[in-house]
Amino acid sequence: MQALTNKAKQVNRAPMSFMEKLYLPAIIKGMMITFSHIFKKKPTINYPEKKRPFSPVFRGLQILNRDEEGRENCTACGLCAVACPAEAITMEAAERQPGEEHLYKEEKYAAKYEINMLRCIFCGLCEEACPKDAIYLSETFTPADYQRKQFIYSKNDLLIPHPKENEEAYLKALGNRPQKQTL
Amino acid sequence: MDFAFLIEKLILIIVVVFASLGIAMYTTFAERKVAAILQDRRGPNRAGPFGLLQPLADGMKLFFKEEIIPNFSSKTLFILGPALAMLTACMTSAVIPWGNKVELFGRSIDLQIADVNIGILYVFGVVSLGVYGIMIGAWASNNKFSLMGGLRAASQIISYELAMGISMIALLMVTGTLSLKEMVVQQQHGFWNVVYQPLGFLIFLICSFAECNRTPFDLPEAENELIGGYHTEYSSMKLGFYLFSEYINMFISSVIMATLFFGGYDLPFLDESTLAPNIAAIIGVAALMAKVIGFIFLFMWVRWTIPRFRYDQLMHLGWRILIPLALFNMLATGGAILYFGK
Repeated sequence: MQALTNKAKQVNRAPMSFMEKLYLPAIIKGMMITFSHIFKKKPTINYPEKKRPFSPVFRGLQILNRDEEGRENCTACGLCAVACPAEAITMEAAERQPGEEHLYKEEKYAAKYEINMLRCIFCGLCEEACPKDAIYLSETFTPADYQRKQFIYSKNDLLIPHPKENEEAYLKALGNRPQKQTL
Repeated sequence: MDFAFLIEKLILIIVVVFASLGIAMYTTFAERKVAAILQDRRGPNRAGPFGLLQPLADGMKLFFKEEIIPNFSSKTLFILGPALAMLTACMTSAVIPWGNKVELFGRSIDLQIADVNIGILYVFGVVSLGVYGIMIGAWASNNKFSLMGGLRAASQIISYELAMGISMIALLMVTGTLSLKEMVVQQQHGFWNVVYQPLGFLIFLICSFAECNRTPFDLPEAENELIGGYHTEYSSMKLGFYLFSEYINMFISSVIMATLFFGGYDLPFLDESTLAPNIAAIIGVAALMAKVIGFIFLFMWVRWTIPRFRYDQLMHLGWRILIPLALFNMLATGGAILYFGK
C-alpha cells in the first residue's frame, strides 16, 4: 500500500549477530556514551546566585507606580479590580486632604489597596485596564512564605520606592519597561 | 583471654563498622552526584559546601518521618526484616583484610577482624543469609506487590549465587586457599588474579550486580513495576535500613572484588618490605580504598546506562548462560593448571 509520506522507517528484524548476542560490546558502547556526558557543559543555572534573564514584557510581581515628583498615581477607580479574573484586588478610596498634595496626584486616592497573591494568576489584565499607569507587572517573583495571610500584599508592599528619596531603588524597580501614555 | 587482644579487636570492630557505615552514607551522596553528572545536570550542592552534608540531611529526614506499621498479625517479622538485612550486610566486613600490619604500642596489629581460613566461604554464607531479610520483609508486609518483589528478589539472588560460587571454585584452584589474607599475600608476590582469571572476574562482576539488587538486575525494587517492591510498606528508619543495607552490600562487594581479583591492599609496583610498617599499612589502605572507589563508580556507571532486565531474561541469563560459562571457566582453569603444572 502506498505510504503517505516517506518518513516511515523500515524496522530491522534480522536475527542478532554474534557480536550483538554477546550484549557486552553494546553495553560498553553505551557506557562510553554515558561517560562522555561527564565532560559536556551543564545547562543548569545556579539560582539564586545567577538568574535567568527575562524579557521586558515578563509578567511578575505587581508594582504601584508614582510620577516623577513622587506622588502616587493610583486613584482607586477600581478598573483593575473589575478586570481581574481571579478577584484578587480589593481597595478602599479616600479623599485627598489639603495638606497632602505632595503625596497623591489626584483628589481621590487608595487608602487601602490589597492584592491577594494566592489568587493572582499574573495575567496582566490589571496593567492593561489601568487608565493612570498606576499598576504594572515587573520582573520579580513572589517569594515563598510560611503562612497564608502573609501573602495578602498591602499598598506599602507594592508601592514603588520614592524617586526623590530613593532614586536608585526607584530606577531599578522601573526596569526597562516602556512608559505608557496616561489619560 | 589476653586483655589487650580483646581491646584491640574491639577497637578494630568499631572502626570497621563505623567506617563502612560512613562510606555507605557517602555512597548515597556519590550516587546522586554521579547520576547527575552522567545526566548533564549538577547533583545536590546546597546542604553544606558542595552538598557534602546531604547524607546527614537525608538520615535526619528519615528519622523525623512517621513510623507506620500496618495493622496485621506479625509485627515481629515486620521489624525483623530490615534488621536482618542490615545485620548480614555489616557482618561480611569481618573477614576482609584492610591493610598490612600496624605497629602500635609495641604490638603488631593485623588490620583484619577475623583471619579465618575459610574466609571467602564465610562471606558467601552471610550473603546467602541476606536474602532472608528481603523475604521476611516482603512476606510480613501483607501486600501482593511486596510479595512479588520478594519472590523475584529471592529467586534472583539464589540463581546468581550459583554462578558466583562456581567462578569462585575456579579462583580457588588458582590460589589454593580460601583465606582472604593469603590471597592478598599471594597477589603481592605474583600477578593480580584478574590476569589469571579474566572470565571468572567478568562472571563474578555480573553476579555481584545481581546480589546487590542493582540495575540492570533491580527488579525487586523496580519502581515502575512494583511501586517499591519489598519495601513498599516501610517508612522512616526501617526503610532507611533497607536502602542503607543495599549500599553497604555494594561497598562490601566492591571490597571483595578488589581483594579477590585486584590485589586487595597491594600497590602494584611498590615493594612493601622497604618501608616502615605503619607507612606501608596506610599506603595499603589507601590503595584498597582507591580500588573500591573505582568499583563503586563502575556500579553507578552501569546503573545509569542500561535498562532493567525482564524477569525471564534475568533467569535465562543466570541459569542458561552464566552457569555453563562458569563451568566452562572452571574446566578450562583446571586444564590450564594441569598443562602448565603450576
